[in-house]
Amino acid sequence: MNKYITAYYDDEEDLLRGLKQIKAKGIEVADVLTPFPVHGLDKALGMSRSKLTRVAFAGGAVGAIIGFGFQAWVFTQAYPLNFGGKPFFAVPSFIPVTFEMAVLFAAFSMVFAFLISNKIGPGAKTVIHDERITDDRFLLVVNVQDEENAHTIEAVLNDAGAHGITLIKKN
Amino acid sequence: MYVSPLREPLIRGSKDYSQVTKDILAPMAGKPSKYWYMGITLSGAAALFGAWATFMTVYYGIGTWGLNKTVGWAWDITNFVWWVGIGHAGTFISAILLLFRQKWRTSINRSAEAMTLIAIACAGFFPLIHMGRLLLGFFILPYPNTRALWVNFNSPLLWDVFAITTYLLVSLVFWYIGLIPDLGTVRDKASNKIRKAIYGFLSFGWTGSAKHWSRHETVSLILAGLAAPLVLSVHTIVSFDFATSVIPGWHTTIFPPYFVSGAVFSGFAMVLTLLIVTRKALNLEEYITVGHIENMNKVIIITGSIVGIAYITEFFMAWYSGVEYEQYAFINRATGPYAWAYWIMMTCNVITPQLFWFKKIRTNLVATFIISIFVNIGMWFERFVIVVTSLHRDYLPSSWVMYKPTIVEIGLYVGTLGLFFTLFLLFIRVFPVIAIAEVKSVLKSSGDNKKDSHHE
Repeated sequence: MNKYITAYYDDEEDLLRGLKQIKAKGIEVADVLTPFPVHGLDKALGMSRSKLTRVAFAGGAVGAIIGFGFQAWVFTQAYPLNFGGKPFFAVPSFIPVTFEMAVLFAAFSMVFAFLISNKIGPGAKTVIHDERITDDRFLLVVNVQDEENAHTIEAVLNDAGAHGITLIKKN
Repeated sequence: MYVSPLREPLIRGSKDYSQVTKDILAPMAGKPSKYWYMGITLSGAAALFGAWATFMTVYYGIGTWGLNKTVGWAWDITNFVWWVGIGHAGTFISAILLLFRQKWRTSINRSAEAMTLIAIACAGFFPLIHMGRLLLGFFILPYPNTRALWVNFNSPLLWDVFAITTYLLVSLVFWYIGLIPDLGTVRDKASNKIRKAIYGFLSFGWTGSAKHWSRHETVSLILAGLAAPLVLSVHTIVSFDFATSVIPGWHTTIFPPYFVSGAVFSGFAMVLTLLIVTRKALNLEEYITVGHIENMNKVIIITGSIVGIAYITEFFMAWYSGVEYEQYAFINRATGPYAWAYWIMMTCNVITPQLFWFKKIRTNLVATFIISIFVNIGMWFERFVIVVTSLHRDYLPSSWVMYKPTIVEIGLYVGTLGLFFTLFLLFIRVFPVIAIAEVKSVLKSSGDNKKDSHHE
């Protein structure tokens, strides 16, 4: 059985202030759902920096190698053609395609990594806790272990000025 | 963050978050207005004209065009370069201005990026139709085939294939990643089940989780970092189509920067043309303010001046090079049979944008709209002048000819204009025209009510 408490704020500054209080009481906030990226929220939740940049770099490197390698292979191995006496292995003229391939691979690998790591995608089934979190609400989600624990959390959230505190049970 | 009280607010009217949502989603709800129907009828008719011209070209071949053995490229490549250039403003606004942390872009980036995508689609049509046989367009891709031949990777025309395809795909994902949270908003505000299901599918199940937002910001930043050099590379490669040839007037090293700034110049003009009408028609004047228009006009002054200097530099270099063919090409441009086109270009691109030095003019919407149209025309003529005047009189006087477009070529151009406006009109009905989440994120620091809510 999965139990958690949700509560919301109407303003991101109240949210950040409330979050500080809640954390000071030693309560772990599982997630915060917001209508736009709130600055300082990732720090307040203790999130590490995203590693997506590494995926982009790796993707770009693979794209560049494929782009350059393929052109080099075509013009020196597969079917060397003489274009006006120019060299077969013409590095400068391979650069534009290599660059475009690097950008293409970097962008797409990162976008796919983004969708996969967030577990979102076309037709993804996700839980929408509150339809107003994409409008004007900043929703907190706190995981609950047992009944007693739930009461203390509710009290802390109430003290921190959160609204609409609700306990949700899911099987 | 400290914001100077002298700074004009980016969003007018004291608004809260739900008001922002409501305002921006309003144009998508209900029945479209009478003007929308009028607009789409007109643009649809233009697109049909283009469909007829496409049919004529495919059925009878490009003999239906006004090309001849001297002028083998004319309106098609002119239109191609013009459309690609127009696309560049969207990427410039969403990528380069993001990297420079220009908050004013948040109100205009969504529609400018949509414009980019549509413009690239229109641009891509021209090289394909120039092949005469649209169905064999895939020949330009390097795929294993029974002829055992590969494409020529030394050719700028092939680099174009890679550049334009990459540009279209990367712009598409950049635009869509930005759209996902807003599509979530549309989903959650949808009143009927079908609409909810469609936008639920399109929003990829967006939840607004803090971790997702953090990743979303990283992705947007890196995509912007990728798109910024990409957009510069695309028009550089387009200019290589000309610059790597040996035709007088084309074979110059100034082309890449000159084409890139010309592209941004014409793109901003098209963004202005579209947005001045859109903001009025959709009641978004509080989001796309006169301040936004003024900022775009300043970009037009800069890029327009770069283009102007490039024109003069070209002339100087023609004289300084001592190459008589190069010199003749330029004298022929300014005084030959196509001098009228050259002087339209000079007037529209060099003189009209300089009017924006006057604050009265750059904050006047009617004046801005008219000048933006002038710039669009001027930039079309720039490409026409470069392409046709260089070709129609090159090295061999016995082959000198004139070029005139036929009705089929006009139809193709008008058709892409129709397609462009049709798709833009559909876009404003189907997607939020302003990035809702991004506007909300700057509302506190740059909204009208920033002064009373500020404490730091």
